[in-house]
Amino acid sequence: MAEPKSPPPRTDSSPWNWLLLVPIVVPLLTPLYNHVEPRLGGFPLFYWLQLAFILLGVGTTTLVYQMTRRKRGDRP
Amino acid sequence: MGFVAARWRAPQDMAHLDEWGLGGRSFGGWITWFLVGGDLYTAYTFVAVPALMFGAGAAGFFAVPYTVVIYPLFFLVLIRLWSVSHRHGFVTPADFVRTRYDSPTLALLIAVTGIVATMPYIALQLVGIEAVLKTMGVTGDSPLARHAPIIIAFAILAAYTYQSGLRAPALIAFVKDTLIYVVIAVAVIYLPYKLGGWGAIFDAADAKFTASPAPGDGIILNANNQVQYFTLALGSALALFLYPHSITGVLASRNRDVIKRNMSALPAYSFLLGLIALLGFMAIAAGVKPLPGAKPGSVDSNTVVPLLFDMKFPAWFAGIAFAAIGIGALVPAAIMSIAAANLFTRNIYKEYLKRDATPAQEASVAKVTSLVVKIGAVAFIVFLDPQFSIDLQLIGGVIILQTAPSVILGLYKRWLHRGALIAGWAAGMVLAFWMLWQIPNAATKRAHFGGSAFPLSEFGLDSSKTIYVGFVAVLANLAVAVLVTWWLRVMKVAPGVDGTSPDDYFADEGDPRIEKERAGTVDTVSST
Repeated sequence: MAEPKSPPPRTDSSPWNWLLLVPIVVPLLTPLYNHVEPRLGGFPLFYWLQLAFILLGVGTTTLVYQMTRRKRGDRP
Repeated sequence: MGFVAARWRAPQDMAHLDEWGLGGRSFGGWITWFLVGGDLYTAYTFVAVPALMFGAGAAGFFAVPYTVVIYPLFFLVLIRLWSVSHRHGFVTPADFVRTRYDSPTLALLIAVTGIVATMPYIALQLVGIEAVLKTMGVTGDSPLARHAPIIIAFAILAAYTYQSGLRAPALIAFVKDTLIYVVIAVAVIYLPYKLGGWGAIFDAADAKFTASPAPGDGIILNANNQVQYFTLALGSALALFLYPHSITGVLASRNRDVIKRNMSALPAYSFLLGLIALLGFMAIAAGVKPLPGAKPGSVDSNTVVPLLFDMKFPAWFAGIAFAAIGIGALVPAAIMSIAAANLFTRNIYKEYLKRDATPAQEASVAKVTSLVVKIGAVAFIVFLDPQFSIDLQLIGGVIILQTAPSVILGLYKRWLHRGALIAGWAAGMVLAFWMLWQIPNAATKRAHFGGSAFPLSEFGLDSSKTIYVGFVAVLANLAVAVLVTWWLRVMKVAPGVDGTSPDDYFADEGDPRIEKERAGTVDTVSST
């Protein structure tokens, strides 16, 4: 168990968090993907690009998670 | 299987709401992943999203951006909620609002909104099972005979949830997901091969929508429903983690890290969801004709996916797929009934009926309530037209969104006044109902509650575009809350005492203050 040291005021703010805006905003920009061409493996752009946004979401949240985790030194 | 869960991670004291309703707040990464996933991606989704694609095309694909934006959106919000709940022993979002704003009335509104929004959601899980049963030809003469399989399945569900609490659905979620992954993997490889490739599938869908007279369909969006598309995706995403059952899954996790990790791992389900959605187009390519609906002349498009499996696969594999949909309905139904029971117990029973309830009494009330909730859901489906629960689900999503200012903004700032939040809630509700009332349903020929796409022309705007009702209502809610807050401050109305401290929002597992407080009441399980 962690020894009860008097902790510094904790916070979860971090400049990395701003990155989270990217996967929130991009998938909502319909003009970006509302097209049939170019197709990819038979998929119209509308479908394959939105599926690709999942990777964008996973990538960004994973990056933010990793970067903000290392910064916190108060866990043993 | 569910009964085994009672002994799994055997708790020291099952007669405590923390244990029964939150699995002892001890779940690690994997279990949380399955639990929250099992919660959010339900049988109804597997049946309804492809049905929407089948009927309307691209507009149904909103489910993908919706489940992409949820996680970054809630990445920071949920860890705060977890921390403050962990620190104060909150079991429901209404518990949090109660302490934060010092207002039992506001908490009651949040709790009732949560329960009302959850009930039809449970009933919808049964609609998923019904679509399967209908395809298998299980139809009886009396309503009771027709629903017999559902009633039996629900009785089992009720029994194991009663005994094991949240541990039961958590364990069964493993089985559900394994089945679904297998089924989908096979379907998305095998079906396109049988149907002539993905290109042919999209071409078939395109041909259907070009030929159909409906204005809103197509394999891409048209000029009028783009605003609807992204507001629906954003609004639904905001609503999702306000549903009490999703919060239950989150609060049950062990620490902040588990939640953060899951926020980046859960989108794996979205990929699955995208592929499942495309089953709707495969059904078009395969020439599936949906079974007739409850009224003559209507069709039950929820049956397209079960029919597709029935048509293209050997009986044994279709059987596995149907079983997957069935279990996929029971897991979320169990979690939802637990969440509704937690709300009732904490924010109605304890607040208004029995102030000095012991933890053991709380737990037993929650158990009984979860039974009542499930019986209510079954009654819904047996005695009412399923279309009615779909309408209620639509309303449910819009009204749960009205709790966003109190819960989400409350986690950050306490600037909004409790009275103003109540006023905003009421304004949002009234506007939402008025808007939903205006929308006719083209398919079923009814004048009201026909969908969530509100024509902007109704506001007097010179536009043929549509927008998601919940989105407009929550903006109105916020505007009213801000204005009334300003007014109440001018009038110097007491804002109540905040029961939380800023530091609470960052507390983590093993917080020394919590260990000290809990030592007197419950033996804490010492972590690794």
